[in-house]
Amino acid sequence: MASSTSQSNAKRHTLSVLVENRPGVLARIAGLFARRSFNIDSLTVSPTERPEISRLTVTAHVEQEPLEQIIKQLNKLLHVLKIVELDPDTTVERELVLIKVAADVQNRSDVLELVRMFRAHVIDVNTESLTIEATGSQGKIDALMDLLQHYGVIELVRSGAVAVTRGPKALSDKVVGSEITGR
Amino acid sequence: MARPTPLQAFSGVPKGTAQNDETPANGEKMTGAQALVRALEDLGVKDVFGIPGGAILPVYDAIKEDTKFRFVLARHEQAAGHAAEGYAVATGRCGVCIVTSGPAATNLVTAIADANMDSIPMIAITGQVGVNAIGTDAFQEADTVGITYPVTKHSYLVTSAQDVPRVVAEAYYIATTGRPGPVVIDLTKTAQTGEMYYTWPQRLVLPGYNPTTEAHGRMLENAAKLFTQSFRPVLYVGGGATRSHASKQIKELADLTGAPVVTTLNARGIIPDSDPKMLGMLGMHGTVAATGAVQRCDLLVAIGARFDDRVTGKLSAFAPTARVIHIDIDPAEIGKNRSVDVPIVGDVATVLDALIPEIRKAQNEYGIHDLKPWWDALNKFRTDYPMSYDRPEDQPTDGTLSPQWVVSQLSKSADPNTIWVSGVGQHQMWASQLVDFEKPNHWISSGGLGTMGYGLPAALGAMVGSQRDHDGSYPVWLIDGDGSFQMTSEELAAATIDGVPVKVAILNNSVYGMVRQWQTLFYGQHYSATILHDGEPDADDAPGESGYVNVPDFVKLAEAYGCVGLRATTKEEALDAIKKANEINDRTVVIDFRVWKDAMVWPMVPAGASNDTVAYREGVHPLDNSEKASEETLSSEGF
Ligand SMILES: Cc1ncc(C[n+]2csc(CCOP(=O)(O)OP(=O)(O)O)c2C)c(N)n1
Ligand SMILES: [Mg+2]
Repeated sequence: MASSTSQSNAKRHTLSVLVENRPGVLARIAGLFARRSFNIDSLTVSPTERPEISRLTVTAHVEQEPLEQIIKQLNKLLHVLKIVELDPDTTVERELVLIKVAADVQNRSDVLELVRMFRAHVIDVNTESLTIEATGSQGKIDALMDLLQHYGVIELVRSGAVAVTRGPKALSDKVVGSEITGR
Repeated sequence: MARPTPLQAFSGVPKGTAQNDETPANGEKMTGAQALVRALEDLGVKDVFGIPGGAILPVYDAIKEDTKFRFVLARHEQAAGHAAEGYAVATGRCGVCIVTSGPAATNLVTAIADANMDSIPMIAITGQVGVNAIGTDAFQEADTVGITYPVTKHSYLVTSAQDVPRVVAEAYYIATTGRPGPVVIDLTKTAQTGEMYYTWPQRLVLPGYNPTTEAHGRMLENAAKLFTQSFRPVLYVGGGATRSHASKQIKELADLTGAPVVTTLNARGIIPDSDPKMLGMLGMHGTVAATGAVQRCDLLVAIGARFDDRVTGKLSAFAPTARVIHIDIDPAEIGKNRSVDVPIVGDVATVLDALIPEIRKAQNEYGIHDLKPWWDALNKFRTDYPMSYDRPEDQPTDGTLSPQWVVSQLSKSADPNTIWVSGVGQHQMWASQLVDFEKPNHWISSGGLGTMGYGLPAALGAMVGSQRDHDGSYPVWLIDGDGSFQMTSEELAAATIDGVPVKVAILNNSVYGMVRQWQTLFYGQHYSATILHDGEPDADDAPGESGYVNVPDFVKLAEAYGCVGLRATTKEEALDAIKKANEINDRTVVIDFRVWKDAMVWPMVPAGASNDTVAYREGVHPLDNSEKASEETLSSEGF
């Protein structure tokens, strides 16, 4: 149960984890994922609207049971303040990707067409390459990537997903933060 | 806003944020080291174990004649940690140890991991190099917090003296509440030597720590109902019940429901062995009655237990017909290994106090099934497959003592208040099977981690606890193996010098017996690296084949440390030595019992096999006589 996390019919889940902004938090969390063999697709860490709280966004393809177990294990970490599994229907999720495509004079216009269709931007042009910046849901990024693959991807970097729920509330609304910094 | 605040998440050490901008106006001025000692005193800590060194010297300097706690000097940091564990189990209070940085901290890791596995409340204080030296590979620098992340309940790296009392107060609170466990305080030299203003009590700031202690009303109702529907209930009680001091409640629950009680290794003594409802330990070396009860039950009530593989055997075949109620203070344990019908998160004693009236109510409403057929079956297991070693194949063939007989004699002649401690191996299993446990917290043994070398230091810690709480009137008997004993025998020095007399029974089979048992059963009697030459039967005559016998000579070793050393090769000598040891209370006594190296621990479920395959003796499978059972017994696919 606790093992074998990535099975065929595993669904994609997005977790938002609010943690105290403290040294070592990431090491504790990353260590937990590794030890409980919880394979994640992406992980981002960033500051939040409150200086004493940081936010992790984790995406993973997992079955329900290992997911529950990892949430419980995460909850045991004292620096973890709140974990929410985001509901795709009420969540806006975005990822940023920078792609250097091997586009030359011959096929550049085809690539530019794709860029327009996906509302992406060209941020650098060279005789042998185009660098594209795209933002969107993971699905959109994946679709764009699939199409660009055809022209030859020289270099690729993805930010990993970040996500917020729709509406006026913040996840941190009811979270008591730490009043102590630098521990 | 949206200006990123410094993100601390990636670093291990605080970044340049203002730390002590709110220097308290009041408070007593002192150093961080003095604050540490003062905070431990203010917490009511009475006994501390440890070894000093460069990076913790300021703290040791702050320990003075008038310091309110006793300090016991260990001879190895691992032992200081195990002593703190033994103390904690025996007294029910937090164990505390203080060691230096680098190698001392790494030496302590085994004890920290052990405490983590067995949920033992402990504060491990380690020295650390100065803040500016961190990350420079300074002398005796080790990333203690990093090394111990996976084996602690929580940890602190303290960089400022002003933080010391709050961190100590928080660590104590975390270690002793919820599911207990070890907390590491890695104290930089900067924090020790820096000046601060001491105040007490401290306000704890733990926004991410809210252990649930009280159960959900609805779940209690559901659980109560299941009890009334059951024809074959079993209470499967683990170490969590011991930590929660829930003996009274377990007894009450068993009496109210008529359910039999089986325990894990860590819960031995939770209710007396003389109680007719007690079937003994279950699992790999459990009684047939206990293991059988669980395999056949229709309601399994797990209480402070975590479905460890040594208990369950092959998980998918464990208690296959049971509905499961799982009571545990750690939500992550519930559903981890076995899915549950009624999950109840909370402190065992608190939950049972609330559950018992619910069951009474449900019994009045729905009645209760007659459990007589169930008890008839269980009693048949008990009489047909008793926990005893008097069958012909159990008797030594080489003139040595039977180790099981020795344990029975020790149990028979011991003071009823005795605290029993063990090492890890066959002797540990025999002790857990054959000592008559009548009280909780009188059995101290490394369960989850199975740490050889745990015994002597844990016994020392237990005796320090006995001296604190009972004027030393509760004797401590350590039943150890010759292999286990050699891992921490240096602590005989601490026992003698610090006046902590314990009684040590070494069941000396001259081998790593438990490993040998597996080699006998599963590795074609290839005794690779398990022969110790520390107690060959021909010790007093000619040297054995190897030319080495009695290395070490445990009697001389004991004497070298100022202890009484006795050797027993015959029953008369054994009884005499036990009698002497029971009479000597001012010095540590070590008895070298020469026992049979081919003695076996029975019953046995091979690792990874179904508990249905349990062998009472070789070829005797009381729960399943199909061919499959005996086949599975012969191979060790597990671990
Ligand atoms: C620190 C450690 N190293 C190795 C082991 C593996 N191991 C388990 S039992 C055992 C043999 C124990 O020998 P002894 O203490 O003489 O006890 P016996 O089984 O002979 O009673 C060993 C080596 C262990 N449990 N712990
Ligand atoms: Mg041995």
